[in-house]
Amino acid sequence: MIALGQFLEVLIGGLMSGVLYSLVALGFVLIFKASGVFNFAQGAMVLLAGLALVRALDLLVANGFPLWVAIVLGIAFAAAIMATTAWLIERFVIGPLVNQDGLTLFMSTIGVTFVIEGAAEMIFGSDVYPLRLFPTDAWFVLEDVFPGGILVNKLDVWGALIAGILVAGLAIFFQRTKTGRALRAVADDHLAAHSVGIPIGWIWFVVWLAAGLVALVAATVWGTKLGVQFSITFLALKALPVLIIGGLTSIPGAIAGGLIVGAGEKIAEVYLGPSIGGGIEYWFAYVLALAVLLVRPQGLFGERIIERV
Amino acid sequence: MLYREAGQFKTTYAEDMAIFPIRQDRIALAVLLGIAFIGVPLLATFHIWPFGSDYLLWAILLPFLILALAAIGTNILVGYCGQISLGSGAFMAIGAYSAYKLVTGVHIPLAWLSFAISIPPLPVFASILLGGLIAAGVGILFGIPSLRIKGLYLAVATLAAQFFFDWAFLRIPWFTNYAPSGSVNAPELNFFGLIVQSPIERYLLCLLLVTLMALLAKNLVRGNLGRQWMAIRDMDIAAELIGIRPLYAKLTAFAVSSFIIGVAGALWAFVYLGSWEPLAFSIDRSLQLLFMVIIGGLGSIMGSFVGAAFILIVPIMLNLIPAELGVPLSTETIAHFEFIIFGSLICYLLIKEPHGFARLISIGKEKLRLWPFPY
Repeated sequence: MIALGQFLEVLIGGLMSGVLYSLVALGFVLIFKASGVFNFAQGAMVLLAGLALVRALDLLVANGFPLWVAIVLGIAFAAAIMATTAWLIERFVIGPLVNQDGLTLFMSTIGVTFVIEGAAEMIFGSDVYPLRLFPTDAWFVLEDVFPGGILVNKLDVWGALIAGILVAGLAIFFQRTKTGRALRAVADDHLAAHSVGIPIGWIWFVVWLAAGLVALVAATVWGTKLGVQFSITFLALKALPVLIIGGLTSIPGAIAGGLIVGAGEKIAEVYLGPSIGGGIEYWFAYVLALAVLLVRPQGLFGERIIERV
Repeated sequence: MLYREAGQFKTTYAEDMAIFPIRQDRIALAVLLGIAFIGVPLLATFHIWPFGSDYLLWAILLPFLILALAAIGTNILVGYCGQISLGSGAFMAIGAYSAYKLVTGVHIPLAWLSFAISIPPLPVFASILLGGLIAAGVGILFGIPSLRIKGLYLAVATLAAQFFFDWAFLRIPWFTNYAPSGSVNAPELNFFGLIVQSPIERYLLCLLLVTLMALLAKNLVRGNLGRQWMAIRDMDIAAELIGIRPLYAKLTAFAVSSFIIGVAGALWAFVYLGSWEPLAFSIDRSLQLLFMVIIGGLGSIMGSFVGAAFILIVPIMLNLIPAELGVPLSTETIAHFEFIIFGSLICYLLIKEPHGFARLISIGKEKLRLWPFPY
């Protein structure tokens, strides 16, 4: 019973941190679906959003604003920063690179990553800033079934809740609104979409803005967990295997991939780690992705890759 | 006026196929090699400006040469064969640690067979080359997915290599000969009885190796194999239709690239760093190499040198220029500026000149041929 309890605890902890990976992966999927750009800068955008939010909050609270006003204003400020970033990226990088192949676009987003990281740290500072938007203490559930109960972190539950709302919101946005439909049209074939009168530049701005806002949401959760700091950008790298496993074009895939990676790496760390030296978490996700790639290159939920000559 | 090939007639096929068919290019290269092989060591020996101290040799020329070599390796894979790799740093690490293990002697106890594989310590030079070969082997292993997947998906596969080997060299004590701190020291650099110690000797050693390997790479990419790589890069399906085996072409690209990167890694560890830990070959190194290749020019050997020089010199300039102007910046600000400038340059170059500095140089040459007339 203790073993099962421990397993459940590890599994739940893993699934919850998987949700957080999914939050970052969602931003990738949004941009990839709508513009075919593999956005390496998503992690940097999470950092930028987090820094903007936490610095604005600190400043407002220090100037005597009540907490809820500070939070609303801080989020508005961070959202404005993300909107500006989205506009700049669309205007100066992605726009001029229309019709280049995926590799060039991918490399340009690596460039964007560096600019965002440098600029964000130069403007907002480069220390570790604690962010306390959500409770971080733990619950013990099912205490009557398992001795000592199962430890569940409240923050993880919040993260899962937010991810759920976000996915529902995005699904409605993509399926029901005019802009969402235009987005899907652009994703399908941007030349055809252009010729029926969809303003491509505007659509791309909207996509990058949506990715920026998803980054902001991810930043609130991750920032509460780790503090807003530079190492958040490595999340982007962790989100890559999540995407590969889930499939690059699928929003449910991003969630499922995140859960698989989160649960898998925690379980591997706890049950395999001690025998081969620990720290498996560092590479487990990538090797899992490699295995998935060899068996099913399009990922679990991705559309089959068909190449035409 | 000076750079014009009028009157240089070629009478044999061999002349037609030369690496540098234009006489002025050959002269320029000879002058450059003369300066590098004779001029620099002479100036450094007598401490004539700008070699007053060993700073230029140690902090700029030595890393430049080794990283240029690694950039050539990366360029073969990314620029010539079109297989994007984010794992170059890991292959440098494999070269470095393999060479280290070979030079200190390998001992693998196979307890369940009551038997142990032992290789006596090898000479430094053999270890470096064998380290490259081991990196090539691992490169082939991680290149196998490239037969099924490509582009961004492959980037993730190479990222898996990067993170796995980062972890392996950090956590598996066997690789570091159970060093308690996790950092290892290079052996004495004994090349056939000649002990390489002073900066000038190290510089000459690297220069010699880099020149030879650059020549090798240049000849490979303009030969049969290189053309196969480029065909695969430009359109793999079409290449397959005209009879190029993707398996062979892609895996040879991985092997050659990893070999060169592995040798560069071993040199970086043995000749430049002296003592190192896995952090020296992290994902940052991989991205740095990728940038050198993009900025220098995808699919150009010379571009790898230009890119390496650029990436190394920009931070130094950023350090020097504000200090000269009387606005000294903090190291933190400089690091941030570096990020911003690199990032913007990459975006700018990708938009304006996707072929990097190498292309700019060849445009310059075209202009020079017509100079002083506009056409």
